[in-house]
Amino acid sequence: MSQFAINLLFVGASFALYFGIAIWARAGSTKEFYVAGGGVHPVMNGMATAADWMSAASFISMAGLIAAGGYANSTFLMGWTGGYVLLAMLLAPYLRKFGKFTVPDFIGDRFYSRTARLVAVACLIIASVTYVIGQMTGAGVAFSRFLEVDKETGLIIAAVVVFFYAVLGGMKGITYTQVAQYCVLIVAYTIPAVFISLQLTDTFIPAIGLFSEHTQSGVPLLQKLDEVVRELGFNDYTADVDNKVNMVLFTLSLMIGTAGLQHVIIRFFTVPKVADARWSAGWALVFIALLYLTAPAVASMARLNLLTTIYPDGPTEQAIQYDERPTWMQTWEQTGLIKYEDKNGDGRIQLYNDTAAFKEEAASRGWAGNELVVNRDILVLANPEIANLPGWVIGLIAAGGLAAALSTAAGLLLAISSAVSHDLIKGSINPDISEKGELTAARISMFVAIIVATYLGMNPPGFAAQVVALAFGIAAASIFPALMMGIFSKKVNNKGAIAGMLAGLGSTLVYIFTYLGWFFIPETNMLANTPDNWIFGVSPLSFGAIGAVINFAVAFIVSGMTEEVPADIQELVESVRYPKGAGQAIDH
Amino acid sequence: MSDHTQNQEKYWQANVRLILGSLVVWALVSYGGGILLRPMLSGIEIGGTDLGFWFAQQGSILSFIALIFHYAWRMNQLDKEFGLEE
Repeated sequence: MSQFAINLLFVGASFALYFGIAIWARAGSTKEFYVAGGGVHPVMNGMATAADWMSAASFISMAGLIAAGGYANSTFLMGWTGGYVLLAMLLAPYLRKFGKFTVPDFIGDRFYSRTARLVAVACLIIASVTYVIGQMTGAGVAFSRFLEVDKETGLIIAAVVVFFYAVLGGMKGITYTQVAQYCVLIVAYTIPAVFISLQLTDTFIPAIGLFSEHTQSGVPLLQKLDEVVRELGFNDYTADVDNKVNMVLFTLSLMIGTAGLQHVIIRFFTVPKVADARWSAGWALVFIALLYLTAPAVASMARLNLLTTIYPDGPTEQAIQYDERPTWMQTWEQTGLIKYEDKNGDGRIQLYNDTAAFKEEAASRGWAGNELVVNRDILVLANPEIANLPGWVIGLIAAGGLAAALSTAAGLLLAISSAVSHDLIKGSINPDISEKGELTAARISMFVAIIVATYLGMNPPGFAAQVVALAFGIAAASIFPALMMGIFSKKVNNKGAIAGMLAGLGSTLVYIFTYLGWFFIPETNMLANTPDNWIFGVSPLSFGAIGAVINFAVAFIVSGMTEEVPADIQELVESVRYPKGAGQAIDH
Repeated sequence: MSDHTQNQEKYWQANVRLILGSLVVWALVSYGGGILLRPMLSGIEIGGTDLGFWFAQQGSILSFIALIFHYAWRMNQLDKEFGLEE
């Protein structure tokens, strides 16, 4: 069977499974549509949350980022997991007790203000839409590589699949599909990693292999990797970073941004009890960790594998002949994601860090520049081929990458559609809408959201990487502080909350736009985006944490100067703090 | 203040104390062990690198899991102790 047929079989089978689940788990009421009826088992919800959370970025890009940056990019590992500790202790149980359907529901009620609710709706729609573009593009890339269709066709297939189960099943359909998608993606990620770990270190758990001996050379794997990259002019893989303040702030921004993302928070509304919300956050992190503990191992092993492929006799010896390169390089060259240019005309592939410091060394070896450019996103996708694994593993990776992108896209689309139908239409425009009418509105808004996401995925605004940072910045600076103050303080009133959210959001946007251009329009940035220009060395991507601090400060100052919180709202705060009380999500 | 609200007040204080303690550990394993204290821990070797690197890429995540389950377990106890469970 050809590789194409194998890929088709794996992807087709996984889709058949998702469709089957979608038909079985149709949503009949708004409660089923928004929170899956509120009866999802905590372990099951943990699994669904893991799939919801782990996007194309986690599955495809993260290992590549770590491989390129080494220790410095550990920020993603800590930042995208540490947020669950905050969710479990500071938000999820109380919001579950509150028992409504959306995050703006809580902000609107707690701060007794329609304006506060609308500010929250705006923040979460911007954050979710920017985030979903990346997922649709990711799915498009995976389709085009493995099913050999062009990117646009790939995107449309992805949109139709998501449309089918998300619109039909709502949260209920999404939950059970996400459970299936988690299983597909974790198996797909783990199998090649185990094989590679066995090949390099004789250890079958990749996370342990990372700190084990490199069988071939007899020295620890990371030490070996450090030696190899040093010979080629790169920074040591395990090298420490100088700007620790920025590293701390970036990690913190990712953590509180994670805890403030609506599509993650609403997953905790689907469990039966407050205690389940706490357990469920723990299970979610267990399932996420299965991938996140493996990713750094994949990163270092794949980087070492790549360099040993190029320099089979070691980095101080001759590089491989271009004509003798392995077949996987040839396949990926066709996609344009690997590029080779023989700058010194010796027919060999010299891969090294082309910097001023390494110029002399390179010249003495007869090198005229780095000759191989490898797109870091292909690392995970090409992993099975680099390690010479059988064809079915490649088919599995294809299905896994698509599962990661589709599950997150569906979760985001649900977050967007519930914000529109529940918070905008029922909450503001037409409060008397019937249950059936709201369900139809939810389905229509999801349909529109899919069309918009597909359009933006086909015509990406050209700043995809920055907008994802924007999503985290917004969530960190606006939503997270508002939710936390709403639960932990009885002093913050409507005016304080609105002023705080706007101040946090505004300062973050201004800081990001100053360096990356107003609304990301090139050439409109007022300062060049270089570490020298950053205020106190804080990068625009790390500003979310500072925006959050500004939000807290402004909210407390304004609340202190204005009237007290009404007694009935103070009672509402009391009631979310104690698990005892109304158990089921309130129908309304 | 009635007994009932006093009971709830105590439950909430216990919860906040537990959260603060957990957050200290949360910060120590990630911002501490993984980032700021890495130079201090560089003497402790583990698999070809130092303990700080391990905390940044493995240890912090494992600690986060332990923290959440510990919190959930302690809160279940508190819920029962104060008669506030669902």
